[in-house]
Amino acid sequence: MKAVAAALAVSISFLAASVVLAQSRSSGKSAVSATPKYDPVIYAELQKAPEKARNRTNPLQNDPDAVAAGAILFAQHCAECHSNSAEGSPKAPSLLVREVQTATPGALFWLLTNGVVRKKMPVWSKLPEPQRWQLVRYIKSLGGPAPAGDSPVPKP
Amino acid sequence: MASFCRLVLLGFFSFSLSWVFSPPPALAQERPYFVAYDHYLEEPGNLEIEYFSTYGTQRGGNNFLAFWTEFEYGATAWWTTEFYLDGQTTFHDSALFTGFRWENRLRLLEREHFVNPVLYVEYENKNGADKILKEGEGHDLESGFLVSNAEARKEHIHEVELKLILSSTFKGWNFTENTLAAKNLSNSPWEFGYALGASRPLALKASAKRCSFCPQNFIGGVEMYGGLGDRHNFGLHDTAHYLAPVLAWNLPSGWTLRISPGFGLNDNSHRFLMRWGVSREISGFGSMVSRLFRGHQ
Repeated sequence: MKAVAAALAVSISFLAASVVLAQSRSSGKSAVSATPKYDPVIYAELQKAPEKARNRTNPLQNDPDAVAAGAILFAQHCAECHSNSAEGSPKAPSLLVREVQTATPGALFWLLTNGVVRKKMPVWSKLPEPQRWQLVRYIKSLGGPAPAGDSPVPKP
Repeated sequence: MASFCRLVLLGFFSFSLSWVFSPPPALAQERPYFVAYDHYLEEPGNLEIEYFSTYGTQRGGNNFLAFWTEFEYGATAWWTTEFYLDGQTTFHDSALFTGFRWENRLRLLEREHFVNPVLYVEYENKNGADKILKEGEGHDLESGFLVSNAEARKEHIHEVELKLILSSTFKGWNFTENTLAAKNLSNSPWEFGYALGASRPLALKASAKRCSFCPQNFIGGVEMYGGLGDRHNFGLHDTAHYLAPVLAWNLPSGWTLRISPGFGLNDNSHRFLMRWGVSREISGFGSMVSRLFRGHQ
């Protein structure tokens, strides 16, 4: 009986916390739009892609639906950290910067597949390969590189 | 009956969490397995609340409905921690809360490899009436479930469970193998078990339209699990084994539904286990909590 009461108490505590959190969430949206993170470590990871991986071409390069499908996947899996516009958030860096936009599709695919586990970027190999290539198509469609030496997000 | 109502309330309160949060849509891409684990961990900062049930047939006794609620949190990209609350109803007997578990999964390698190892460490504090059958271990036989709840609940179990999860993904297929070693801390021998799983989404490419019924939202597969005896009597003698097709439906709203009919493979196994579950992923739970304690910027 005590165990049941304890379990109920835990559940009720969670419920109460959730109400408070939900309120803090609804009133604290602006906190998310703080300065996006510029993380050279993550961008440098792109350079670590093996040559064979870097040189892979996107098999969906000519798929007319790939960008639209990639946009949906991005909203579902990536926007939480990288923001809806992919310009980054305090949690994860911008994907609009030169380092990403000039990276080869193969390097982006490699990074998605392997993640940067030490820096909280999860492994995304749980998405099937075609979906990762769709994401790459979408990320590459977001914009051309900024002028040399000029990143959209300033270094801290 | 009163206990059953409390357990229903427990499930209700647990799930009300996910309704209250109303998180932004985040499609869960969850494994379909009930027993086996693959190497994919919860995304950092996300909380997944899961409710599962197992209906089991019992020869020579009363059928049962066991259920558990999981709170799964992605602490980092290499560490997922989970808290479980377990309960069960045995028909024509009683319903009771059977204990809790604290599980941790640690990714051992930084990058993806052909085989990806994950270390699983769990502490269980439960009583002998636990029937969720979340794993096959030692000499857990169907006949061991014949004891009445009143008698079984007197046994108090503190158990440590270790698993080595070896999982591969190849051409959309996931193949996983889990080896289990469990030790009841009250001077019982180490017990062993295994779980195997294979699964694949029904389609590998995502649709260009947001949809609930697209084939890529469904993951089908099969899992097999059972005990391997204990330190003194290792092997298949006096062990139970199960084979279960599994199906998961990942909805764009962040909900995942799972179902799995399981079949006992030998005379020591329950003839039939029907499992189902529902889960909801809450994106950015960690950020919400940190904002709560840090205040707004």
